[in-house]
Amino acid sequence: MVTPVAPCQQWRLTVVYCRLLRHKPSDPQWSDRDRFVLSKGHAAPLLYAALAECGYFPVDELLTLRQMDSRLQGHTDRAVTPGVEMSAGALGQGLSFTIGITLAGRLNSQDYRAYVLLGDGECDEGQIWEGAMAAAHFKVDNLTAIVDNNRQQIDGWNRDVMNLDPFNSKWLAFGWHVIEVDGHDFTQLIDAFNQAKMVKGQPTVIIAHTIKGKGVSFMENNPYFHGKAPNAEEVEIALKELE
Amino acid sequence: MRQSYGKTLVELGNENPDIVVLDADLSRSTMTQLFAGEFPNRFFDCGIAEQNMVGIAAGLAASGKIPFASTFAVFAPGRCFDQIRMSIAQPKLNVKLVTTHGGISVGEDGTSHHSIEDLSLICSLPGFTVIVPADAIETAQAVRVAATSYGPFYVRLCRPKVPLVYDQDYRFNLGKAVTMRQGKDVTIIAMGLMVSAALEAADDLMREDIDCHILNISTLKPIDKVAIISAAAETGAIVTAEEHLEHGGLGSIIAQVIARHYPVPIEFVAIKDTYAQSGESAELLQRYGLTAKDIKQAVRSVIKRKGG
Repeated sequence: MVTPVAPCQQWRLTVVYCRLLRHKPSDPQWSDRDRFVLSKGHAAPLLYAALAECGYFPVDELLTLRQMDSRLQGHTDRAVTPGVEMSAGALGQGLSFTIGITLAGRLNSQDYRAYVLLGDGECDEGQIWEGAMAAAHFKVDNLTAIVDNNRQQIDGWNRDVMNLDPFNSKWLAFGWHVIEVDGHDFTQLIDAFNQAKMVKGQPTVIIAHTIKGKGVSFMENNPYFHGKAPNAEEVEIALKELE
Repeated sequence: MRQSYGKTLVELGNENPDIVVLDADLSRSTMTQLFAGEFPNRFFDCGIAEQNMVGIAAGLAASGKIPFASTFAVFAPGRCFDQIRMSIAQPKLNVKLVTTHGGISVGEDGTSHHSIEDLSLICSLPGFTVIVPADAIETAQAVRVAATSYGPFYVRLCRPKVPLVYDQDYRFNLGKAVTMRQGKDVTIIAMGLMVSAALEAADDLMREDIDCHILNISTLKPIDKVAIISAAAETGAIVTAEEHLEHGGLGSIIAQVIARHYPVPIEFVAIKDTYAQSGESAELLQRYGLTAKDIKQAVRSVIKRKGG
């Protein structure tokens, strides 16, 4: 599915890459890099744009998205795209994968950190909570999960489709350090990332409250645009509003 | 087989610090507990959560480790097929799934624990290497080869002790069928615990003047086409024998090779389109048609068709 509301969130991921991750675009397999795992694989276009801006591949290549023989597949594919850590798209798998990365780092006495971006709707998947239990059990304090808490999923609002509340308490009950932020506020996000680094003996989850389609009046909080591309007229209006 | 797996893991653990082991609360049965005892910091019991175990194993592999993940064959791939597909097979990660309690020889635990579809499922995944050892000696060898060959592996073991069909000098050769016995009238292609049944059947059939050629296919994928085609050419008839459903396992794979390259009559000794039940291992193998007697019957039938 294409996620047209995602580009509005683009700047956040680019900030994460440019300001918060230790990585070398010239050496995507650098063993000491921080890992950023995109578990909600349908947000692939955001990740591709951030990776291109960092220099993992030419920005022009973004135009090949979802086309035959492109390295930029509809959902992430770690086998073909430089900088992509995980093949995702079947939801619910990224947290477990990231636990493996952090356990390896601990065994190797490497000080890299691993981040995994989850969707809130994705947390319907049982495997997320298997992973939540295991991350706390294995005390992987080098792992930070970020939940893009926009309160929507394909069929509508979370609370109507499958209620996740109380969301914060669920993570607390599973043994996590929980930080809630306004996901549209740079400073709060950066502070949360830094705070997570100080937490010892347990994993941290940053619940980032976001508004889907933020900045585009007719997309904001409108589940209609979750998996649907805007038409030409709507694109024009959206771009003007985002300027 | 299971004991052999556990001991081999400990040897590998001593040889290579990157070997790590995961289990899903069955380490006493899969025998990964031997590794856990020696290397507690490199062993991760994931509890009863196979999907999570597979994901963690994939993340470890993506970070340079060589993870062995074990549970019963009925739970992997059955319980975590999509995780194996997306987290291991698609990105071709270096994860070794070694499952025990394959087939119906599990016994009294019954249908919920009988793994009769696992090989069909795992063979459907592009890039997986699939091995079904015939005895404890081959198990040790195959596990070693899995550890030292890059890529996703599935090794399927069974629960009961099976007779040794190899001696200590045996060297497992990945992707190569092993000729267990030379013969000219028919080829029995067997896998896992059906190899010893095939050998027994061949001894009996000799008294009926039927000279059986026997191949052990321990690498189910990629299959040794050359050995199968030449066996078809030399003996003109094939019987396959496996502890798995007739559909999607050894018989299906061999039939595809034969149909394409060298059509000859084939008979299939396998579980028909049904689930089994609780019972002793030997009783179940007998009831569901997986004994030397069933192989003999299939040989007689295929030879008739060959003559016709």
